[in-house]
Amino acid sequence: MTHIVTSYASELETLSSSVTQMGGLVEAQLSDVMDAVARRDLALARKVIDLDARIDVYNHEIEADVMNLLALRQPVAIDLRETVCAMKIAHELERIGDLAKNIAKRALVISQQEPLRALNGVIRMGRISLMRVSDVLNAYAQRNVAQAKSVWGADDEIDELYNSLFAEILSAMMEDASAVNACTQLAFVAKNFERVGDHATNIAESVHFLLVGEYLDELRPKGDVTSLTTVPKPDDKAPDPEDKEQP
Amino acid sequence: MTHVESIDVLEPAGDAAGKSAAARELPEQASAPAKFDCSGVNVHYGRNHAIKNVTLKIYDRSVTALIGPSGCGKTTFLRVLNRMNDTIEGARVTGRILIDGQNVYDKTVDPVQLRARVGMVFQKPNPFPKSIYDNVAYGPRIHGLAESASALDGIVEDALRRAGLWEEVKDRLAMPATSLSGGQQQRLVIARAIAIHPEVILMDEPCSALDPIATARIEELIDEISRQYCIIIVTHSMAQAARVSKQTAFFNMGELVEYGETTRVFTNPDDPRTQDYITGRFG
Repeated sequence: MTHIVTSYASELETLSSSVTQMGGLVEAQLSDVMDAVARRDLALARKVIDLDARIDVYNHEIEADVMNLLALRQPVAIDLRETVCAMKIAHELERIGDLAKNIAKRALVISQQEPLRALNGVIRMGRISLMRVSDVLNAYAQRNVAQAKSVWGADDEIDELYNSLFAEILSAMMEDASAVNACTQLAFVAKNFERVGDHATNIAESVHFLLVGEYLDELRPKGDVTSLTTVPKPDDKAPDPEDKEQP
Repeated sequence: MTHVESIDVLEPAGDAAGKSAAARELPEQASAPAKFDCSGVNVHYGRNHAIKNVTLKIYDRSVTALIGPSGCGKTTFLRVLNRMNDTIEGARVTGRILIDGQNVYDKTVDPVQLRARVGMVFQKPNPFPKSIYDNVAYGPRIHGLAESASALDGIVEDALRRAGLWEEVKDRLAMPATSLSGGQQQRLVIARAIAIHPEVILMDEPCSALDPIATARIEELIDEISRQYCIIIVTHSMAQAARVSKQTAFFNMGELVEYGETTRVFTNPDDPRTQDYITGRFG
């Protein structure tokens, strides 16, 4: 079913293809930043940092298009959801871009330090978060509710990986004080990848709302318990991460 | 006035008939009393089946918008509610239309009294060729609502104030109503409807001949008076339906396709036909 006013239809198509293109850039940025961290590739890290400006331009253009559509077309129903969700998804993508840029900056520092064992786990986490972003962008492009919902429900895996990596990085710091600098940077990199997963989940919620018109209202399981993780002191009983009441 | 060929009032045969097609009732208001309770309403103009088995409840102190393409039956349905179709030759109304539990088409109901309870405002402002004052005073006079000249003055002022027109016309009440602008005339017509204290105001595209400022004044007025009255508005402007109404009913080819909270209908309609219509799509 197509619009009677063809220019309106083409404005909506342009909007969603801008979001898809922006998503493609963000995917490339994430993939590059992982390589930059893994291979200690400083040139690639700088490329990732530079790419962020282009992603910001996309975000501003999408915002402007959304404002024009709202002001000039007064979209309703599916068109309204299409318009509003484009802006929300672009905002999430822009945040992912910022996180990738931040990882790239930390990659510049990490590359100057001795290699860390936990790095492999962090790269694995990055791969999974990139996969989530790719999946949710495919769900958006192909209007696939089931795929959006599966991304939404799969954030646990990243959270669990992050929890174990966080503990591993803390232990590495305990073992070798000279690694504290690199370990701290790496912990932030891991946290950033974990946040990328959260943004992919938010995009999945928007895609679901776009296609179904209703919010995913079930409580999504939250798997990040690192705020409760501490390094055990001698003779100290480790806190139970399941017990959220414990300080 | 032409008489109606025949008016059959069919009581729905038990629950099955009453709930047939779609018993349209807003879930969140299901317990609130309905001003109009319509079930199994059919309207024929000769061979033309204009309204097909429409069942819905319309709530008091609320604005309900009827939308749909030209010829979908929305104006016909509006006119069923105060028996305006009685004046159309060959019109036949069947089904049950209750206002406060009383059957609108019952033989004991006087259509003139019914129309005093259920007022109507049309697309083009239609003031009488009389003074501003006499336009508003006309209804209260024929219904004997004022006991004295000063009481009548009070009713006229009150109606004009509630229609948001008093300040603009108080110094020229004796001027012909036709000297007013289109928007002022429409508000005058609404004042004329309000003057006889109706319970329901039916509006058939009340703003289609008005500019955006006059339209905004009418919409503000609709919002204001909807706290006291049941307002049912037919409009071709999707934006207006979205702005002024609490409930929206979408008619297509004589059928009630969808009826629900306006916010839901305009963000997430149930029926693809509603979506295609309000977003301006075609097959």
